[in-house]
Amino acid sequence: MHPAPSVIIFTTCSGLGFGLLFFLGLGQPEVTGFVAFVFYLIAYALAVGGLLASTFHLGHPERAWKAFSQWRSSWLSREGICAVAALLVMGLYALGAVFAGSHWTVIGWIGALLSLATVFTTSMIYTQLKTIPRWNMNLTPAMFLSFSLAGGALLAGAEALAPWLLAIAGAVQLAYWAKGDGAFARSGTTLGTATGLGGRGAVRAFEPPHTGTNYLLREFVHVVGRKHAQKLRVISFGLAFVLPLLLILIPVSGVAIKHIFALLAVLSHLTGVVVSRWLFFAQAEHVVGLYYGKR
Amino acid sequence: MTQLPQSTERKMGLVIDLDTCVGCHACVISCKGWNTENYGAPLSDQDAYGANPSGTFLNRVHSYEVTPAEGHAQLIHFPKSCLHCEDAPCVTVCPTGASYKRVEDGIVLVNESDCIGCGLCAWSCPYGARELDVAEGVMKKCTLCVDRIYNDNLPEVDRIPSCVRTCPAGARHFGDLGDPNSDVSKLVAEREGMDLMPEMGTKPVNKYLPPRPKDQIEDQIDILAPLLAPVAEEPKGFLGWLDKTLEKL
Repeated sequence: MHPAPSVIIFTTCSGLGFGLLFFLGLGQPEVTGFVAFVFYLIAYALAVGGLLASTFHLGHPERAWKAFSQWRSSWLSREGICAVAALLVMGLYALGAVFAGSHWTVIGWIGALLSLATVFTTSMIYTQLKTIPRWNMNLTPAMFLSFSLAGGALLAGAEALAPWLLAIAGAVQLAYWAKGDGAFARSGTTLGTATGLGGRGAVRAFEPPHTGTNYLLREFVHVVGRKHAQKLRVISFGLAFVLPLLLILIPVSGVAIKHIFALLAVLSHLTGVVVSRWLFFAQAEHVVGLYYGKR
Repeated sequence: MTQLPQSTERKMGLVIDLDTCVGCHACVISCKGWNTENYGAPLSDQDAYGANPSGTFLNRVHSYEVTPAEGHAQLIHFPKSCLHCEDAPCVTVCPTGASYKRVEDGIVLVNESDCIGCGLCAWSCPYGARELDVAEGVMKKCTLCVDRIYNDNLPEVDRIPSCVRTCPAGARHFGDLGDPNSDVSKLVAEREGMDLMPEMGTKPVNKYLPPRPKDQIEDQIDILAPLLAPVAEEPKGFLGWLDKTLEKL
């Protein structure tokens, strides 16, 4: 799949933003006034910024409001509804925390649940696609949710939970890569089943339909950059999980140094997740590539 | 509405004969010609006369080489367009309701004024039947020439999809695949028509007729072999002398 910057920014930032909103909704950290304002500003900047980035790849962004109508069948529609609901409910909760200095617990819980539901619905947009075996796995929602919770805990400064959640997310990432590498072969789809000619012998793409490229090849067949996949996996894993874990577990004295280390941990995690998301798209192979003798 | 209908009254679709198709691409051209100036947004081209031409097509012809365990390799031309699946994933993923399957005839269409161009329907299609038009920013796909097949302004002979009307080899057939007594259904039964990627669970309406088995070329050569055998076994005269002299060198 073509790793479009808009979807990489969207899934990374909004995942992190809704992760932070989840913890804020649960009252972690229990902040009020100006400190609360800063926390919510960061969460909304990430969540809303990510959602806006996702509209950049639309052919007609001005019609995006129509996407709220098909929640009965479409995960993309459900995601839009969950995102708006989460932002509204958490906005109400934020008003209480920032201006009234009080935590409306039930509203916070509902907002936290909706934030997590948004991340889940995002992951299901990819998971539902049988045409991309590497995404069509239970580990895809597990990865999106565990990343969001780990990043959210890191941003929320949840010192007790963050190391555990980072470790879990790291383990899910490794499992996702391990299982994903064999997903296409396990799906059973080959050029033989694609053409229905597999029973007659070995099928080979002899001539493409045209000499130039097309929308399908640009969107679904992304071969460039895959050769560095293993190196990028190491870089991504190190930045997203190993380095942040070290930074928050190293005992340091002084509030300032602690905050600097926490900031570095967040930035490192964010960069690592961006690389992981790039791989998520670049390594995903769509079955339509088979028709072109490509993957 | 992007929920699929429980069932459709008819299942209009194509039957494509891989035995007959000669790979001339006439269906590709006639499809582009008809559909760029009729239903919906035109099918745009980018850099059409430049170094990197590309464009939107609703029908494309691939060619595949099939090598059996024994015998000769075979070249098979393979036209591919929307299969108007009964369980069409491209319909249910659509967030706006732009993508829909008609109850009356099962044709899968896009309402272009509702399409936001998110591309998710193309992601969900295993066959590459949908292409986002770069100029219009909306999704394009085969309409089964919905503006021809019911068009009273056309002579009756033309009220079939443009690709079927054009095919010079008669490799494309159009009809109701939901009616077991229709010509296309009989053809599918007789020739063991097949689905593409049945493991995807899309239940395509369009069917492909596999190539018929080929004659054994070796047997044919055996029939002619006695007639082609050389008559003069030993060269005589000048040629005989030349042969012997050259042997000695």
